Amino acid sequence: MSTQQQKQPDEPETQEAPTDQEMKAEASPQQKRLQRKREQQSAREASADEGELEGETVHLKVFRYDPEVADKQEPRFDDFHVPFEKGMTVLDAVMYARDHFDSSLTFRHSCRQAVCGSDAFFVNGKQRLGCKTQISELSQPVRVEPLPHQEVVKDLVVDMDHFYEQMHAVEPYFQSEDLPQGELEEQRQSRENREKIKMSSRCIWCGACMSSCNIAAGDNQYLGPAAINKAYKFAMDDREEDEIKEHRLRILEQEHGVWRCQTQFSCTEVCPKDIPLTEHIQELKREAVKKNLKFW
Amino acid sequence: MYEHDVIVVGAGGAGLRAAVAAHEAGADVAMVTKLHPVRSHTGAAEGGINAALREGDDWELHAYDTMKGSDYLGDAPAVETLAKDAPEETINLEHWGMPFSREEDGTVSQRPFGGLSFPRTTYAGAETGHHLLHTMYEQVVKRGIEVYDEWFVTQLAVTDEPDPNDRTCHGVVAYDVQTGKIEGFKARKGVVLATGGPGQAFDHTTNAVSCTGDGQAMAYRAGAPLEDMEFIQFHPTSLPSTGVLISEGVRGEGGILYNNEGERFMFEYGYANNSGELASRDVVARAELTEVNEGRGVKDEYVHLDMRHLGEERIMDRLENILHLAEDFEGVDGLVEPMPVKPGQHYAMGGIETDENGATCIDGLYAAGECACVSVHGGNRLGGNALPELIVFGKRAGYHAAGGDLGEAEIETGYADDVEDDDTDLPITPGEAGIEPEGVAADGSGQVADAKGTLERAVEAERERVDHLLEKDDGVQHSEIRSKLQQAMTDYVNVFRTEEGVKKALKIIRECRQEYQDVYVDDPSRTFNTDLQHTIETRNLIDVAETIALGALVRDEFRGAHWRKEHQERKDDEWLKHTLISWDRGKPSVWYRPVILEGEEKTYEPKVRSY
Repeated sequence: MSTQQQKQPDEPETQEAPTDQEMKAEASPQQKRLQRKREQQSAREASADEGELEGETVHLKVFRYDPEVADKQEPRFDDFHVPFEKGMTVLDAVMYARDHFDSSLTFRHSCRQAVCGSDAFFVNGKQRLGCKTQISELSQPVRVEPLPHQEVVKDLVVDMDHFYEQMHAVEPYFQSEDLPQGELEEQRQSRENREKIKMSSRCIWCGACMSSCNIAAGDNQYLGPAAINKAYKFAMDDREEDEIKEHRLRILEQEHGVWRCQTQFSCTEVCPKDIPLTEHIQELKREAVKKNLKFW
Repeated sequence: MYEHDVIVVGAGGAGLRAAVAAHEAGADVAMVTKLHPVRSHTGAAEGGINAALREGDDWELHAYDTMKGSDYLGDAPAVETLAKDAPEETINLEHWGMPFSREEDGTVSQRPFGGLSFPRTTYAGAETGHHLLHTMYEQVVKRGIEVYDEWFVTQLAVTDEPDPNDRTCHGVVAYDVQTGKIEGFKARKGVVLATGGPGQAFDHTTNAVSCTGDGQAMAYRAGAPLEDMEFIQFHPTSLPSTGVLISEGVRGEGGILYNNEGERFMFEYGYANNSGELASRDVVARAELTEVNEGRGVKDEYVHLDMRHLGEERIMDRLENILHLAEDFEGVDGLVEPMPVKPGQHYAMGGIETDENGATCIDGLYAAGECACVSVHGGNRLGGNALPELIVFGKRAGYHAAGGDLGEAEIETGYADDVEDDDTDLPITPGEAGIEPEGVAADGSGQVADAKGTLERAVEAERERVDHLLEKDDGVQHSEIRSKLQQAMTDYVNVFRTEEGVKKALKIIRECRQEYQDVYVDDPSRTFNTDLQHTIETRNLIDVAETIALGALVRDEFRGAHWRKEHQERKDDEWLKHTLISWDRGKPSVWYRPVILEGEEKTYEPKVRSY
C-alpha cells in the first residue's frame, strides 16, 4: 500500500507561485469535470485504436485478509480473471468475481450510483468509488485494496468507526433555534448562499479523502477533510446565527483542527463528488483569523 | 440482550424520522440497521417532496391528485393525512437545515411533476433524497439516539396465538455483521419496521443492492398481511445498462422523450395528449415499452430523453446530478446529446398493511416508508410522493410506537368480519402460525416464538439457523437462486403481464423456494460474512416475490401500474379493493378488503384517468 503518490507531510504551507495542482483547484468543479471528460475521451479514442477490451478478460488483483480463517490470516492478493463488458466498473468486476469464483470475497456496496458512499477502495494506487470507476480507464492488472490508513476488518472492508467519530466531533447538525411555531413559513436563504454551501453538502461520507490525507494518517486526532467540510457546510450557512458560527469556528481552530491542514490537495484530488475540500479548509482558516480567534 | 422502549429497524428516511419522533415523545429509542444510516437507499431519491406550500395550492388538491394517480386504490384517510401533514413536515426539514433549492426571494423552490395539478414538488437540486437522509441523520446525532449500525435484523419476536390479530411483538433478533454475534433486542413499547422496498426481486431496478424486502418478509411470516403487492412501479427513466435513476425532475423541467424516428411519441401516438411526458409514471412506462415493442426504440431497447434545450445554466442549477449520472454510468454528455432511458423497477406501492398511525394488526409492531402500505399510493405512486410518505408516516409510527396518542385510526388492519375471501384454489383463511417440519433452521420460516420467553426462543432459533447455514458444506449458493428469481420476475411480472407469464413466474419462484432448502454458505467466517447476509436476504426475496406474483395473478383487471393483457380495463365493480396476502403455515392465503374512498369532507368518485 505504498504506491500512493502524495507530497511529504512536512512540506510547508506554500506561499509561492501556484502549482499545477493549485491551478486545478482554482478552476470550478464543473470546469475540472469538463477537463477530465475531455482527457478521458481522448484516452478512450486512443485506446480504441489499439483495440478495445471487448471480448477480453480483466485481470484483478484483490487484497484478501480474514482474521478468522487460517489461510487468510496472512494478507495476500488473489488473482481473478473476469470477462470484460462495455461499461464495466470496478464494482461490477469484483461482484462478478464474488458471484462466480469466490463467494467469500467481501466488500461493502449498496446503491451502485455513487451516493451511498460505501464502496470506496484503493484502486491502482488511488482512492476511488468502485461503482463509478470504469475498468476501461485503468491499466491492468487492476489492483483493488482496502482504503489505506484504516484498520482492515476483512478483505476490502475497513473499520469506519474513527471516520464517523471525527464526523460527529464537529457537531454536525443545524443549531438554529428558530423552529416553526405553528406557522408554516420557511427560513429564507438566498440563492447565493445556497450555492456557496452546495458543494460541501454533497459529501457521501465515503472516507476517500480521510484515507488520502497524510496529516490524518500521522495525527489520529486531526478532524480531517470530511469532518471539516461538514462543519464548513454549517458555518457558511447564513441561516445559523453568528454566535453558533463562532462556536463552530472555535471547534475548528483547536489544535487538531483546520491548522493541521498543509494544503496538499490529496483530499480534493480523490473526492468522488468533486468537493473542493482543500479550498473549504483554507476558507475556514481565513474565517478563523478574521474572527481574531486564537490559533496554533 | 439489548433493551429499549422503541426499536426502529432500518435507518433511511422513515426510520430516522420515526426515531426522532419516538425520542421526542420521551422514549428510549435505538435504531438497528444493516448498513450505516447515511448508506440508506433514501439517499438515492432525486426528484423531491410534494407539499402544498404556496398560494393557489392546498392539501385538498394534493389529496385529489394522489387519489387520481393511485387509480382509486388509495385509502382516503391515508391520502388526506399525507397531504395535510406534508407541508409542516417539509417546513420542518427546512428548519433542520436541509439545503433546498431556492427562489429569488429566498423561499424554497417547487417544480412540476407528473400527475400534479400544481407545481408542488419541493426539491434540493436533483439529489433531494441525499439531503433529506443526511439532514435526518444529523437530527438523530443531535439527539444522541443510539444507532446499532451494521446489525442485520433477521427475525421478529412475535407471540404465536392462532389469530394474528392477537399476537404481540416483543422485539427483534439481529446479528452483528462485523463479529457474527447474534443477539436479541427487546422492545418495551414497540418495533418500527422501516426497511425499505424489495427492488432486488427484479433484475433491472433503480434500487440499491440492500433493498431486499427484509422487513416485509419478516412481518409477513410473523402474521401481518402484505397488501397490494402486485403494484410495482416501473420508473420510465432509468439508464439501460445499470438501472441508475434519471429523475422525473428532468421531465418536470421540460425534458422531452423521443423514439428512434425523432418523434415526440407521448403526443404523436396519443399516449397522453394533454400532459405528454408529464403523464403519470405507469402511463409513460407503458408508452416507452410500446414504442420499443413496435420497432421504434433505439437499438430495440430504449428511447431518448432530451434536456439539451433547457440550456446549460438551468441544467446546472437544477439537474446537475443527472449530468454526472449520465456521464459516469452511460458515457453520455447530457448537455450535448440525449440520454438513453428505459423503464426500471423503482418502487413497491404495496407492503406491510398498516393503518394511518403506522400500526399493523400485530400489537407493538409498526411499519413505515416503502416497506409499508397504508395505503397512500394505491395502484400507482406519483413522483414526489415517496419522500413525504417517509417523513409523515415515519413520524406517526415512531410517535405511536412510543406511546403517543394519535386518536383512533380509520383504516382497519388484519383479518376481520368484513373482509372477502378469495375463491381461487389458494388457501383462503389465515390460520395458525405453522412451522414447517423440515428446513426451519435453514430458512427461518414460520413462528419461532411463544407468549412467554418469546425473544429468547427467537434468538435461539436464529443461532441454530445460522449455525446450520455455516456448517453445511455443500449445496446451492444463494447467488444462483437469486439471479434465477430476479430473471423470472423481470421476464414475467414486469410492466406488461399475462396470466400465462405470471404463472410461469410463480412456478419458478416455487422452484427457488425448493432449491433454497439446499442452500449453504461457503464462507466459514463469522467476521463480516456478506455471503451469509445475502443468503438470508435471498430467502426474504423469495417470500416477497411470491406475494408480488400471486397478487398479479389474482387481480384480473388493469389498474395503475398493474397491466394485464387479457384484462384491458379497470373493473371498478369488482376490484375497488385491496389484495391481502397472509402467511399461513408455510403457504400464502389471499383475501380482500374494500378501498376507503370516503374522505373527511368528500368521497373520491372513480373517474377515467386521462392525462
